Amino acid sequence: MDLIKMTAHELKDKLESKEISSVDITKSYIDRIDKVESSVNAYITLTTTQALARAEEIDDKRAKGETLGSLAGITIGIKDNMCTKGIKTTCASKMLEDFVPPYNATVIDKLNNEGAVLLGKLNMDEFAMGSSNENSYFHKTMNPWDLTRVPGGSSGGSAAAVAANEAVFTLGSDTGGSIRQPAHYCGVVGMKPTYGTVSRYGLVAFASSLDQIGPLTKDVEDMALVLNAITGYDKLDSSSYNKKYEDFSENLKKDIKGKKVALPKEYFSDGIQPEIKEKVIDVAKKLEELGAIVEEVSMNMTDLALPAYYLISSAEASSNLARYDGVKYGYRAKNYDNLVDLYKQTRDEGFGKEVKRRIMLGTYALSSGYYDAYYKKAQQVRTLIKNEFDKVFEKYDIILTPTGPSTAFKIGEKINNPIEMYMNDICTVPINIAGVPALSMNCGFDSNNMPIGVQFISKAFNESTILQMAYAYEQNRDLPNITPQI
Amino acid sequence: MKITKEQVEHVANLARLNLTEEEKEQMTTDMEVIIEFANRINEINIDNINPTAHIIPINNVFREDTVNPSFSRDELLSNAPNKENGCFSVPRIVE
Repeated sequence: MDLIKMTAHELKDKLESKEISSVDITKSYIDRIDKVESSVNAYITLTTTQALARAEEIDDKRAKGETLGSLAGITIGIKDNMCTKGIKTTCASKMLEDFVPPYNATVIDKLNNEGAVLLGKLNMDEFAMGSSNENSYFHKTMNPWDLTRVPGGSSGGSAAAVAANEAVFTLGSDTGGSIRQPAHYCGVVGMKPTYGTVSRYGLVAFASSLDQIGPLTKDVEDMALVLNAITGYDKLDSSSYNKKYEDFSENLKKDIKGKKVALPKEYFSDGIQPEIKEKVIDVAKKLEELGAIVEEVSMNMTDLALPAYYLISSAEASSNLARYDGVKYGYRAKNYDNLVDLYKQTRDEGFGKEVKRRIMLGTYALSSGYYDAYYKKAQQVRTLIKNEFDKVFEKYDIILTPTGPSTAFKIGEKINNPIEMYMNDICTVPINIAGVPALSMNCGFDSNNMPIGVQFISKAFNESTILQMAYAYEQNRDLPNITPQI
Repeated sequence: MKITKEQVEHVANLARLNLTEEEKEQMTTDMEVIIEFANRINEINIDNINPTAHIIPINNVFREDTVNPSFSRDELLSNAPNKENGCFSVPRIVE
């Protein structure tokens, strides 16, 4: 029995029937990390000693017959931009290299309450800005399918850890595709829930109107399980939406007969790798076989999403990152002349290249004389994009698209060309701008045996339809039997 | 659209970044490319469209004004790069 290959729901069944213990799982994962982490580099901080103690505690409780949470004994990893009390939270930045939060993010409290066992904090692009994990201050994470390629970003460590069996599931954050794009590159399931569904309290802010936390899992059933644990209103996050959230596992296995699927032609343009288009069309065909109705639609605003995204997200980032001033926490420069110089020197030394680029772009877009042409205009474009999604969802349950224009690229291939790097997000940013939920899952491989992701999008607060469609596809998909290199 | 070194210096000052000469040059080139890309949104006329700041139907969020436990001073100072007598310490700003 190879525990590291099992999903959370499979492990849960074996734990409940007392076939295995939490300590068994944790030990298997520690062995696995010892074996492959030096090649994958998914983690920034490991907490394996605490993990073992926590697993023992859960086994004790189980032996005594105490009621346990829905994830009791399941070993997980968390992207290093979610605050963990007493455990370093670096955002993969020199600025927060030694930052130890005095509190937990709400999602951490929720996962702790459900009994999850934390193995460590995962690598990412600095402050979640990037599509390859090459912007981490600490090290690069490798794609487990091919160690010369990037795992995607910014939640690259979170995706690589699941693909390399270094965690049962992980949490990432998604501002413009940062969960879904690495899920696509690493062949795992990744979901950005509706904006406002998962509390952002304790998530280090990048672009507050777009950021959303979500899970990366081995299969769709696990996705429903983890979503159940982390969604819900939180009074500590004023953008958290107060409604009764459904049980996502409940309707998962319902059949999808009669569901209407839209294929927007703008997501199948010449800029998309032909093998990706082919595999995504195959998904549509499979859904049709299962009783869904598939039609082509047009979404004219798609081209405007990426420029609008870079303006909105950079403007919000420049404002959010103003707090890193070398005074209250984080890095402080050694040499400075006065208070303003302390700020300037600290920020120049503490932030990496891409973060500075975004702060500069955002500051420019918000500065006097440019606000109307850039920031305000981008917010108007957001209205148009949102309206276009609303219109499609009047007629359709799901929009089906590729998750990205290409599969995982080689390390170093795009690092010196910001626009080319930004283009990787072309299929994912419109979703954040519209605020709707979307999931990426594997639907095949390209000629280099690199995973290809398909993206399921639905209207706001309609995660259950996405999960139902994705589950139906997962049960019926026909994939070649290949596994990661590592 | 041309971005000048002076514009980069002006924006860097607003953003409180002490860019090195080399960084300024690189930033001038990069910003020119990125802003040209961003300018695509200025190719359409959408003056009559209302801007959207965020997408969920929440406006003001109110709560009761109640007293709750808060962090201790020591906890909040625990990450300070420089502290003195229970306060954050910064260079003198008033002569």
